[in-house]
Amino acid sequence: MANPYTGPVPKPTPETRPFWEAAKRHVLLIQRCGDCGTHYFYPRPLCPHCLSRNVSWVEASGRGRLHTFVINHRPPRNFPIQGPVIIGLVALAEGPRLMTNIVGVEPDPAKLCCDMPVEVVFEDITDEISLPKFKPAPSTPT
Amino acid sequence: MATDCRQLRGSVAIVGVAESDELGRLPHKSSLQLHMEATHNALADAGLKKGDIDAVFTSGRNMANDVPEYLGIRPRFVGGTQVGGCSFILHVEHAMAAINAGLCEVALITHGESGYSRIAMPAPRWGDDSTNNQFELPYGISGPAAGYGFLATRHMHEYGTTSGQLAEVAVATRKWAALNPKAFLRDPISIDDVLGSRLIAWPFHLLDCCLVTDAGGAAIVTSAERARDLPKPPVYVLGTGECVTHQMVSQMPSFTRWDAATVSGERAFRMAAVRHADIDVAQFYDAFTVVPILALEALGFCKPGEGGPFVAGQRTAPGGGFPMNTNGGGLSYTHTGMYGIFTIIEAVRQLRGECGPRQVADAKLAICHGTGGTWSAAATMIVSTER
Repeated sequence: MANPYTGPVPKPTPETRPFWEAAKRHVLLIQRCGDCGTHYFYPRPLCPHCLSRNVSWVEASGRGRLHTFVINHRPPRNFPIQGPVIIGLVALAEGPRLMTNIVGVEPDPAKLCCDMPVEVVFEDITDEISLPKFKPAPSTPT
Repeated sequence: MATDCRQLRGSVAIVGVAESDELGRLPHKSSLQLHMEATHNALADAGLKKGDIDAVFTSGRNMANDVPEYLGIRPRFVGGTQVGGCSFILHVEHAMAAINAGLCEVALITHGESGYSRIAMPAPRWGDDSTNNQFELPYGISGPAAGYGFLATRHMHEYGTTSGQLAEVAVATRKWAALNPKAFLRDPISIDDVLGSRLIAWPFHLLDCCLVTDAGGAAIVTSAERARDLPKPPVYVLGTGECVTHQMVSQMPSFTRWDAATVSGERAFRMAAVRHADIDVAQFYDAFTVVPILALEALGFCKPGEGGPFVAGQRTAPGGGFPMNTNGGGLSYTHTGMYGIFTIIEAVRQLRGECGPRQVADAKLAICHGTGGTWSAAATMIVSTER
């Protein structure tokens, strides 16, 4: 890459590698418990709800709502964006929440609202790692 | 053997408390030196000697090894629970359990942190393959302000809590700091000053955020029986509680409630068998202005969503109806990184009547409550000079 990525780069572990391999293909994988039916995130080989190990990977719809957010005016040194950055917690349509950046909208609290609909986009930060981020989505009944 | 936690009520007492010799910006002192000073001063306050200590509780990576070595103590009971800034309040509960079990008699709880100057501090925590570095840090989280803000934003959305209500906490706390010669920031501030200070992580302004300082603090806990022979009035531990729900804030169960605090508070009040209205003074860890507001709700001082209106009109300030953070809190007195020990120190001093111009009249019953990590842990303690 012309400009090496300067921010934190995730290093997968055995239990998270399938997630990152899918993200590289711009697919958002989460996990689902075969016993209690709970969808969960982040990846681990047991259901955090019922402790079952009967779990499997499923592709998420990529749609969700912005549960809550902050606008960080002081991102870490070397972070690629050295201005205000929107850090959101998105509640996926399947249920789990994940941390992400909200992109495609100005970092202005007046432009953001809890529960606004969002959808996934991927940012390729290295040859191996793509980060799921979210952008505002048209409002549709879910 | 106690089979009901209520049997622990009043079984131990805090008999000595102290800070390090200095607090603030101390590039001439290491984190372990700050532990040492606080311990030395707390022993003097308790009228005890180093040889009386048979248990050490501390927090921070390797600290449960480092502190006994540095102080030359060989504890026969060690507690290294590290769940963030409230760890020291949990340590009181753990010390109480160990003392009641007969495993130790005199417990030192100690904290020292070169939070600002970073002298002899452990290396940063997260490896490249940590869950944090995979699922949170790539999104620009820097320090706790961003993580704590998620709950503030959602609380505002659900309940109409305002930035002005958050600012009330900072203004009231500064008024207490003005009465404490040890406080780092003592000049008065207004709500407009808070709202006009620069944004750190919206919705938090600079003056919504705690200090970053260097300091140490220590407390000594022993059995109620042993406490009676010591020079200062024992401060009895009437009730305690603790809970952990997550490490990464993205895994927090709710962003409108503080579930861990609800759990810790419920046990502390059940054990203490006191009413909320009987509490004379509160020390609630104020890492950010929103934290005590959520503590008030979770502990049952007001209903969910009513924390903002509760603190309005300077209710927590000197002369207000709910004296809170009477030392000036983490917002204005000191905040090393793990503030919990300082809630204990101030509660004990208030109950002993040692607080001079900031003394809450006739304070008989105090509550300490803290957060750890990013709303990750909570610990509550109710204390009194009366059993």
